[in-house]
Amino acid sequence: MKIIKHTFDGVIVGAGGAGLRAAIEAAPYMNLAVISKLYPTRSHTGAAQGGMGAALANVEEDNWNWHAFDTVKGSDYLADQPAVDILCKEAIDSVIELEHWGLPFSRLDSGKIAQRRFGGHTVREGEAPAFRACYAADRTGHMILQTLYQKCVSMGVQFFDEFQVLDVNIDDGVCKGVIAYEVSTGYIHIFESRAVTFATGGFGKIYKVSSNAHSLTGDGPAILFQKGLPLEDMEFYQFHPTGIYKLGILLSEAARGEGGILRNKNGERFMERYAPTIKDLAPRDMVSRAIATEVREGNGAGPNSDYVYLDLTHLGEEVIKEKLPDITDFVRTYVKIEPITDPVPVQPTAHYAMGGIPTNTSSEVCSDEKGTVLPGVFAAGEAACVSVHGANRLGTNSLLDIVVFGRRAGKSMVEYVSSTRPDGLSESVATPIVNKIKKLLEPENNTPSSVASIRNELQESMEVNAKIFRTEKTLADQQEILGELREKSKNINVSDKGTVFNTELLEAIELEYLLDMSDATVGSAIMRKESRGAHTREDYPERDDENYLKHTFITKDSEGNLEVNYKDVELGKYEPMERKY
Amino acid sequence: MLIEVRILRYNIETQQKSHWDVFEVEALPEDRILDVLQEIKSTKDGSLAYRKSCAHGVCGSDAMIINGVNSLACQVLVKEVSTPIKIEPIRGLPVLKDLIVDMDTFFDSYKKVLPYLISEDDGGERERLQSPEDVEKIEDTTKCILCAACTTSCPVFWTSDSFVGPASLVNAHRFIFDSRDKGNTQRLEILKDVNGAFRCRTAFNCTDACPRGIKVTKAIEEVKREISLNS
Repeated sequence: MKIIKHTFDGVIVGAGGAGLRAAIEAAPYMNLAVISKLYPTRSHTGAAQGGMGAALANVEEDNWNWHAFDTVKGSDYLADQPAVDILCKEAIDSVIELEHWGLPFSRLDSGKIAQRRFGGHTVREGEAPAFRACYAADRTGHMILQTLYQKCVSMGVQFFDEFQVLDVNIDDGVCKGVIAYEVSTGYIHIFESRAVTFATGGFGKIYKVSSNAHSLTGDGPAILFQKGLPLEDMEFYQFHPTGIYKLGILLSEAARGEGGILRNKNGERFMERYAPTIKDLAPRDMVSRAIATEVREGNGAGPNSDYVYLDLTHLGEEVIKEKLPDITDFVRTYVKIEPITDPVPVQPTAHYAMGGIPTNTSSEVCSDEKGTVLPGVFAAGEAACVSVHGANRLGTNSLLDIVVFGRRAGKSMVEYVSSTRPDGLSESVATPIVNKIKKLLEPENNTPSSVASIRNELQESMEVNAKIFRTEKTLADQQEILGELREKSKNINVSDKGTVFNTELLEAIELEYLLDMSDATVGSAIMRKESRGAHTREDYPERDDENYLKHTFITKDSEGNLEVNYKDVELGKYEPMERKY
Repeated sequence: MLIEVRILRYNIETQQKSHWDVFEVEALPEDRILDVLQEIKSTKDGSLAYRKSCAHGVCGSDAMIINGVNSLACQVLVKEVSTPIKIEPIRGLPVLKDLIVDMDTFFDSYKKVLPYLISEDDGGERERLQSPEDVEKIEDTTKCILCAACTTSCPVFWTSDSFVGPASLVNAHRFIFDSRDKGNTQRLEILKDVNGAFRCRTAFNCTDACPRGIKVTKAIEEVKREISLNS
């Protein structure tokens, strides 16, 4: 197996919004490489639709403190409040900066950036829905990704496209570089680099019905988890209320921000019963739970009574065409329904990981619950957990997270690189990876590997046992299933023995990452004996601040045994209250 | 139902020329062609290679020719095409393996047209103002996902990959007509070149091929007009 070595000061893994934003910050000050398993413009930031929250106050009075209040309340008080303050305060400059770099925001007649309503965002701490989400029609993420990539092109940032990350080298507690697989050639590349940022995105492919791209397999978090490092708050996984039925394709909350209504099979606007003040614009955990409850109580529509309707028919053709063009096209393309005249079947879809690689507000990775910094390793975006989203992320805050903490990761890389010296990395560090790949490719075999069938079993069982409603029993059952799937995965033999675009081999590697993410999710969920945000334990239906106002830190030892530790939430201005909308 | 799928196969590593493979697979009428490819890869031939990511037409990974038409595999449903379904890689870029082509030429052309906002000032403390009417002028061309369906449907590009191609012109349009951009002197000079906008012969293939519904040929015509007006 051919091995190629590179030397850089810094490497960013992942070229979505967080990775690109970090690159823009770091590139002028160091020899930097960005490696991505896709072409950067294919990254999943591009699938984000509705908007980016920032208290610009272009439509009505607003200030970032109200945004912070909403974010903390939305998080079910699990977010760290100093981090939330940073997020909401820096949101304003981050939006302006993207505009200056050319992002084509939708505009008000005044020429200012347009803002719309979104779930959980209010004025004056809960009084009424707020116009806070800055948007570009319903393709805000696409425009952010394009704008950041364009900026990188203008700066001459060096990209390694279609390189799959396989390992990070941490020697005596200090980062030395990363190892990646070049998909087009099968070569192993060692990137010697004393600063490494993981911005690899989420892992929504652990579930069957998911809004996530095929590529979202938790690569960064999994690689660190395999090294015995902790992951934070992995039990908190967000299910977006409105995925297209069965397919899971996202229909933005902007649809409800513009006035769309959820209805059950009787045509009833059921959210009036669950969130009397802001109704359909309640946070995602509450709306998804409401939909699941309606379905359980027999109020679901369709032959299997398992979906509800997103009704846009009263909005009128003009609003739909101008403000929701893409998502209504998805509906026409995939389910052949005309949303201008007919309601759309929807169900909750796996969407966003609140948990991930623990970081501090400088985007430095922490190696334990005490906040010990792992020198040279940084993380940002969905792969990371700062935590600004706590137990439930508000819509529009992920696009903020990537730019605010992507920028901070880039800054921290610059500081770190300027205060350290290169230390060398030998080619032998690739040996374990080379052996791992060899094992997957040997022996001779002409039938497709079992990757797809194991992945299907994983996704289907996670869907049943670890989705919106969870109990001790479903989680214990799932742990057993995960153990069996892990055993099966040890015998995977890839039938494609080639080196050029061996995507079967890549899927085998990604499956291992998915199993790690599932272990961490279920292992954290079974230990949290309360219900908070997106984590609903039917056997422990109440929030328990006395015992669980804490972040979960889960680790796995070389034997595969899981261990859970906790870290107190950093409170601030807002004391935990009952969460009503 | 059982459907027949014919796929043009090739592997730069091991084969001199391409050949057709025929597969029979189970599929539902509402399955995407991408789902069908996944089924073939999972149950028939693990070595089948194609790019994929978002699976709903926004990332631009899976442009290919389906029954003769440049499409995204995740945007075409089984019930919309006749069987047997014929799938080939997009044309005009070197094939590396099966449905995967080398995209380097495509992205190099994109970078040639200065695809970023060029401005004279730093923008100040607040956003620049832009009217909704001015946003409307670039609304269509900002939708581009760089999937290459347009460029690889262009007869001029097939004969010469030195032509910048429709996708690059769409991305040039997006900045030329952005009221905030001040880079047109440089950009139009580049597009005036023999391999620039005027190599377009208005075949309209690009407009038909665009999975985002961008009026590509119209955008190219507007770019040509802008070059003429400024020279």
